[in-house]
Order: sequence, then structure tokens, then C-alpha cells
Amino acid sequence: MRKTLVLGVIGADVHAVGNQILNYAFTEAGFHVVNLGVMVSQEEFIEAAIESAADAIIVSSLYGHGELDCQGFREKCDEAGLKGILLYVGGNIVVGKQPFEEVEKRFKAMGFDRVFGPGTPPEVDIACLHEDLADK
Amino acid sequence: MVACGLVPTLTSNAAKLAAFGAGAKVIKTFAYQLTLGDIEDINKIKPDILLLSGGIDGGNSEVIIHNAGMLKQAKGDFPIVLAGNRSAQDECASLLKGSSHPVYLADNVMPEMNKLNIEPVAKVIREIFLKRIILAKGLNKATSMVDGILMPTPSAVLDALTLLSKGDKKTPGVGELVAVDLGGATTDVYSIAKGHPTNPTTVLRGLPEPFVKRTVEGDLGMRYNAIGIKEAVGEEVLSQLSGLPADAISETVQAYHENPAKLPEDEQEIAIDRALASAAIATALARHAGILEQVYTPVGPIYQQTGKDLTQVERLVVTGGALIYSKSIDQIIADALGLQEPFALTPKQLHVSADKNYVLSALGLLAGYEQSTALNLLLEFFGREEANAVV
Repeated sequence: MRKTLVLGVIGADVHAVGNQILNYAFTEAGFHVVNLGVMVSQEEFIEAAIESAADAIIVSSLYGHGELDCQGFREKCDEAGLKGILLYVGGNIVVGKQPFEEVEKRFKAMGFDRVFGPGTPPEVDIACLHEDLADK
Repeated sequence: MVACGLVPTLTSNAAKLAAFGAGAKVIKTFAYQLTLGDIEDINKIKPDILLLSGGIDGGNSEVIIHNAGMLKQAKGDFPIVLAGNRSAQDECASLLKGSSHPVYLADNVMPEMNKLNIEPVAKVIREIFLKRIILAKGLNKATSMVDGILMPTPSAVLDALTLLSKGDKKTPGVGELVAVDLGGATTDVYSIAKGHPTNPTTVLRGLPEPFVKRTVEGDLGMRYNAIGIKEAVGEEVLSQLSGLPADAISETVQAYHENPAKLPEDEQEIAIDRALASAAIATALARHAGILEQVYTPVGPIYQQTGKDLTQVERLVVTGGALIYSKSIDQIIADALGLQEPFALTPKQLHVSADKNYVLSALGLLAGYEQSTALNLLLEFFGREEANAVV
């Protein structure tokens, strides 16, 4: 079965180029991508994941406010019946230059399964998706 | 009709828009799994048709299958239109097989995320209307009297307005327009307009809305729902619009409620009717049109639009007894526009043409046979430039 991903750039962020690249790369890799584009709220991600019975939600953020925008995302997924859905986040997700290990730790504590730093090539995400979705 | 979907803002909303687009009145919309209480509700509503949707194609099928199973127990023999996730259609149909409800299949109302597909389902609903409802309500006597197409009046009105707006290959139409049908029980609003943001920096949110959009306000009507109008805007507004004290308004509204056939008899009742009409139109227009919101983000304030932006639409067609027989249509419309909130995306300035001869639905029917004749007549009745301007 083809796996479904919900993809989008969270919050008030309007960085559209990376989103288009990810959309292209994931589609080429054989995923069914529900791309919500830029300026997507947590609720919109969740509603789209419900309607499309998605296997994973991929959140991008480039403008530095990702940490604020992602607060409570996992809890809302649980509440909406998406318990255990795979959650990825990536991009320039925090303010300023901070050690990635710390950033990763904080986002994992928020309930994200994988955290990707700036400049991660799509192949890395794709490999992780194959690994994480293999037994689902 | 009753409409069911999955998420309220997505397939439930799409189902509602599709039912409106087919000319139906939507009594209630359900989302997520139907409960026993919901089935009780549906039993009480006794709908003529139920539309069941949910899930994009290949998406969630669990909820629509659950709902099909629940609906099997619903009383009555109303038909169920299945227009959800195509991967679940067969299972839903087989679940409903052997129930008292005939099943009709249509393409998904939302095949992809945020993509509306309402025409196929609207077509199926119109067919059911012709086949079943006309028969059930004894309207089949009418079919034996007239040859040819019968269709729901709102659907004929919709066809007429669309033709008037778009024109045909030879003759251009009048362009984007809105229309209001102010009735005794409901207030219907139509918009034939793209409704895209007028400011390039505004971000559009939510489900894209159809170019030809119809909404029905079941709580706003000049007689059966005069109380609904009063509740929607408040007595004070009616008092301001009519220049009459609140108790006089309450009394008259109550009298209309008790005797819906009552016509206004004196100056006071005419003033109250005028106020009710303005308030009903104002509320129905505001619910039909989109809204603009300013949201504060880490990168500064931005504007986001939900629904259609009708601020630039300048033509209004009005129909319904309370309007076409009124001597003060202009004032009614001006008052209705004056009641709008600053961020409502309702029209700002309108040229009004009234359906004085009650021909709109008839011309919609004619359009099915003689499109160019219907268009010429529509332009003659509603296309005049000298129509009154209301600011």
C-alpha cells in the first residue's frame, strides 16, 4: 500500500520553495503526498491527516518560530484520534544558532519522532520514512 | 436534506455545499462517527434525502463505513447518496443493502484535500428529487400536465443566474453577481463570483468555495421565521431600522409567526416588514460571504480570508414576495449593507434589479431548451444599466 504523508509549513511561515522540493522528492519516492503548502495551522495538519488517513505528518519551519508553533502538536493529535501517528519536523526550527543535539532533544520531548536540522537532503527523510513505516 | 461528513471544516462542509448547490435545504450537518443520538435526530428530522460523505479518495474509510452501518437503522425510506472516499463506496453500499433506504452512488465530494467536486453529487440529488420527491408530494400530477423538465425551483433559479452572469458563446453576460431570494420561511443567497482575495497580500484559508454558490438560511424568513430574524439581529436593530419601539415589533413578529399568511396592513407593519427584510438580508449575506481577519504573527500582522470575497461584486438580483412587492427595495438593501461588520466580505455597493414579474425560475427552466432566448430575456429583465444604485 502506498503510504500517505501530510506535508506543510507550519505557523505564519511563507517559505514555499523547500515545501515544493519536499513535495516533489516524496512524490518521486512513491509516497502519496497531501501537500497543504505554507502557513498551515496545527489544526489543518490534523484535519487533513484524519480525512486522508495519513501515515505521517511532516512539518517544516524555516523562519525560526517553529518551537512556538509546534507546542502541543502531539497532544492535539492524540486528542483527535491520531494516536501514534509518525511526526517529523525539520528546517530552521529554532531561533539563532543552537547546538542541534539540544534542539533535537527538546522537539523529541514535544513528541516528534524525528527532528531534522537545516540543510538535510530529502533522501535522508525518505530513508527514515521507509524505516519507520516499514512495519506499519 | 441531512449531510454527513468526516471533519466539520472539510468533507462535512463539502457535503453541505453540494446539497445547497443541488437546490436542497440542509436541515442539519453531522461530522465524525454518527451516534445513536444522531440517528434519533435523523429519525425526527425525517429528511427527504441524506448525503453521506467522508474521507478523500484513498483516505479515511473507517468513519464512513461506521456511519453507513449506523444509517441502516435509521427509520423511513429516504434515499442515501454515497459520495465519500471511493475506496469505501462498495462496502458502504453493501452495508446499506437490504435496508429500507435506496442507495445512490456519486463521485466523492472531496476527492483530494481541499478540492471540491460538487457537480456530480448535485446531479444525483436533482435526479432523486425528480424521481422520488415529486412523486411523494403529489407533484406528479404536474408532470402529467406539462411536458419536459421539472426541477426544484432553487435549482432553476441557479441556472438562470448562472446564464445571466456568464452569457453564452454569442452574447456576453453581466458578469459577477449576487442574488437574494427572501421568502416566508427561508432566505436564500446565491453568488456567481470567484471571490478571490482582492488584496494580493491576503492569504486564503480553508476549503475553496464554488464559483456558483448557494446557501439557505433556514432560520430567516419573513413569516414562518420572523422570530428567527429577530433572534439573529436583536430587537434593538429592528427598532432602529423601523423607528418603532421594541414592544410594537415583538407584537407584530408574534402575530406574523401565528398567522404566516398575514400581510402588512398599516404604516407601522410596513415599516416592520422593511426592517425584517433588511435584517434577514444582512444576516444571510454575512453568512454567505467570507470574512477577513487580521492575525498577529511573529513576522507581523497579516490578513487571512475565509470564504468568498464579494466586496467587488456590484450587481444584485432580488426575488421573493417581500422584496418585489415592496416600494422601498433600495432602502431595504441600503440598510442591509449598512448593518455589515467592517471585516465582512459582503458587497459594498450594489445595483439592484428586482424580479418584478417573477420570471427568474421560469427562465432557468427555459435555459434548458432555448438557451439564447432565455439569455436575451434575462438580459432584458435584469441586465439594464439604469438599475438603481444603492451605496
